[in-house]
Amino acid sequence: MRIGIDVGGTHTDAVLLDPAMNVVATIKTATTADVTRGVVTALTDLLDSHNLDRGQVTAVMIGTTHFTNALVTRRRLARTGVVRLALPATAALPPTSDWPAELIAAIRPSVHLCHGGHEVDGRPISPLDPDELKRAAADLAAHDITTVAISSVFSPVTAEAELTAADLLRAELPHLRVSLSHQIGRIRLLERESATIVNACLLDLADEIVDAFTGALTAVGVRAPLFLSQNDGTLMDAEYTRRYPVRTFASGPTNSMRGAAFLADVTDAAVVDIGGTTADVGVLTGGYPRQASTDVDIAGVRTNFRMPDVVSVGLGGGSRVTLDPGLRIGPDSVGYRLTEEALVFGGGTLTATDLAVAAGLADLGDPALVSRVDRDLVRRGVAWMADRVAGLVDQMRLSAEPLPVVIVGGGSILMPPELPGVPEVRIPEHYGVANAIGAAIGQIGGEVDRLFVTGPQLTREDVLDQARAEAIELAVSAGAAPASVQVVHVDEIHVNYLPGNAVRVIVRAVGDLDLGRTPKEAPQWATT
Amino acid sequence: MGYDLTPQGLHDLAEGAAVLGTGGGGDPYIGRLLVEKEMAAGRTVHIIGADELPDGALVLPSSMMGAPTVFVEKLPSGDGNAAAFRALEEHLGRTAHAVMPTECGGLNSMIPLMLAAQLGLPVVDADGMGRAFPELQMQTFGVLGVSGSPMAIASDHGDTAIITAGDNKRMEQLARALTIQMGGASYISDYPMDTADVRRTSVHGTLTLCRRIGETLREARVTHADPFDALTKMLAGTIYSLGTVLFQGKVVDVERRTVDGFARGRARLEATGDPGDVLEITFQNEHLVARRNGTMVAIVPDLICTLNTESGAPIPTESLAYGQRLTVYGISTPPIMRTPEALACFGPAGFGLPDAYVPLEDL
Repeated sequence: MRIGIDVGGTHTDAVLLDPAMNVVATIKTATTADVTRGVVTALTDLLDSHNLDRGQVTAVMIGTTHFTNALVTRRRLARTGVVRLALPATAALPPTSDWPAELIAAIRPSVHLCHGGHEVDGRPISPLDPDELKRAAADLAAHDITTVAISSVFSPVTAEAELTAADLLRAELPHLRVSLSHQIGRIRLLERESATIVNACLLDLADEIVDAFTGALTAVGVRAPLFLSQNDGTLMDAEYTRRYPVRTFASGPTNSMRGAAFLADVTDAAVVDIGGTTADVGVLTGGYPRQASTDVDIAGVRTNFRMPDVVSVGLGGGSRVTLDPGLRIGPDSVGYRLTEEALVFGGGTLTATDLAVAAGLADLGDPALVSRVDRDLVRRGVAWMADRVAGLVDQMRLSAEPLPVVIVGGGSILMPPELPGVPEVRIPEHYGVANAIGAAIGQIGGEVDRLFVTGPQLTREDVLDQARAEAIELAVSAGAAPASVQVVHVDEIHVNYLPGNAVRVIVRAVGDLDLGRTPKEAPQWATT
Repeated sequence: MGYDLTPQGLHDLAEGAAVLGTGGGGDPYIGRLLVEKEMAAGRTVHIIGADELPDGALVLPSSMMGAPTVFVEKLPSGDGNAAAFRALEEHLGRTAHAVMPTECGGLNSMIPLMLAAQLGLPVVDADGMGRAFPELQMQTFGVLGVSGSPMAIASDHGDTAIITAGDNKRMEQLARALTIQMGGASYISDYPMDTADVRRTSVHGTLTLCRRIGETLREARVTHADPFDALTKMLAGTIYSLGTVLFQGKVVDVERRTVDGFARGRARLEATGDPGDVLEITFQNEHLVARRNGTMVAIVPDLICTLNTESGAPIPTESLAYGQRLTVYGISTPPIMRTPEALACFGPAGFGLPDAYVPLEDL
């Protein structure tokens, strides 16, 4: 049996899946300020609802918004050192050059531009200067800074400079916590470095959150291993999360999409996740969310994380219905006050939920309270919402071929059984806990993203074979069952203007988590 | 006539430069950060018209050379362009009066602004193509008889070299070899010119045009106006004269390969609501030709821009991806770019395309 938990801003949902991946039980509880207590409540309620022996639980997977929220609210961020290995290159744009002032004030980074780094073809830009790094270490110590982000030019091509600098700094400061940019992001120095700094400043919080989660498992008597959801739909273990908390960013939309795919038993579909305030639309390809190709801005920081390509609009169960100048639903929402303010709950605000109840799409609150809402308005309102969602689905489509649509989330009740231009609409069972399901079914992945230079010695086929093999190996060493691993993504990006055929190759392989192997070995739960 | 660039003007100019980059030229984002840094330090970017140059003054262009994919990783040192500029001044034994761009499309629209602010010199509102091209000889300057060399090239380490070549194509080849040795990115000053050459051989007013394109798109977004209508109206009164929507649809296929150090490939779009209606764009770093259902609708040196259908935001070739909703927008190139000599250098023949050039207005 495995348990999936989604710790959201307002609700903590939990689901129990049996070994054949059937949904055995689901539960919804309120998220608490005390992280441990909320998870303990969810776990206890879930297990007790089926009188389940704690020993039968083989793994617990948690998706959480804690780290994203910490950055957005700029709270609980550790003061962080930044060492960039690049001089004399890059001096014009030091780390955090494009950050908002408020976030710089929150992290107060201590920035050190040092010699080092590599050219695109692997030659050093300049040798590392140990004395320079010793001076940086002394400065970090003088400011009581215990975490540092290290970036180096073209470290995704060769990581040597970052690794050596980390050793030199640790020799000076044995307790220093280090985040290395080549383990965090891809080519584009500023974006990768920013993500590395964000990761470093979350390391203390990561310890606290992981301790809270493992503490909750212990308190409930569950001894199964703990995993956390990453933004690409794969899992990382607790120890890995302590080192790479930034990888949890945007895992929420990913989990809801993958959960939807599982519940509806589809691999290629548009997924609409409707909550109280917003509707998110993404596209599943081969069971995984399509990734965004543009840069993703988090709390004002430009990053190049792997993020699902999702469009959001302000349409949810709590959306207000306005009639002047014309019919409009959302983006204003009564949010969590739905059960006080909506007409069906005795309130005075006409909401999207009221329209759905009046139209007979949902049975919520007291339907008699909306019996006098104008029938024409109800019909037009439901059509308006359906058109809005269908329009978003159309916008996200890959090809002219219409995509089936899976609808999940508490606001699924707003949608009629058919949408214009959509061949098939499914609202699967357990639609309200798709997020926790997505966490429970997370897989283990390995990714290679590097520049190769092809030529007579190394052909394009050699490069692709090498990258495929490395990605598969990474997935297996990260804990995937070897037989289940498959390459799900291959992309080549040619480096313009350079003769010698420099090509950036991205290969991603994923597989099912090998639960039997987990306790015996302590593998690196890694994607590179 | 001359004016100081404001922070908002810089944002607009960067976005307009990405539009005129026609898919290539490198993302001006890094360049914009470089200029913002100079402005934040209290330095100004003063833009003057070619007609404001004193007679007989020396003007030195400034730009970066190499792979945009290298620029975004190995960020500039900040003093490389000044090093090349000074090296060329020293070689010529003359002091320059102003900086100017060679390429107003993409990243290289920003580099002269940064250098001008650093040196306290004005930057001339003109360039050698009114767009982006991949090679150094593809300039109106050279087409109209200006020698690209002597040129100066500098590395991040401050190493410099002077190249004197018998023709501009060979200058490109030598500079390319040095750029690779310098790590795939270098800082250059080429096409040294005097006032008369600048006035005679450049495409005028292109920095201001970039700024106005960016401004037009921004204002359309704020007022929820159609960005393409707004762009067409704005361009009508300029040397570009015609801007027109060629196609609106979704990317259904992107094919890229590297030939001779260039990203060559094709993108296929299907029209919204009609999968039988297909537009195909061929590119070599920049977009070269667009064909709708087999019929040519625009060809280099006219500009073929790929813009986000919702926002009008320019999408570079390397970001083209399945499923994007794009508007393919054609812009007619100014007359100075359409002479037989110009077309031989950077028209279809300059890129090895079999097609004859047909002006956008006639298609």
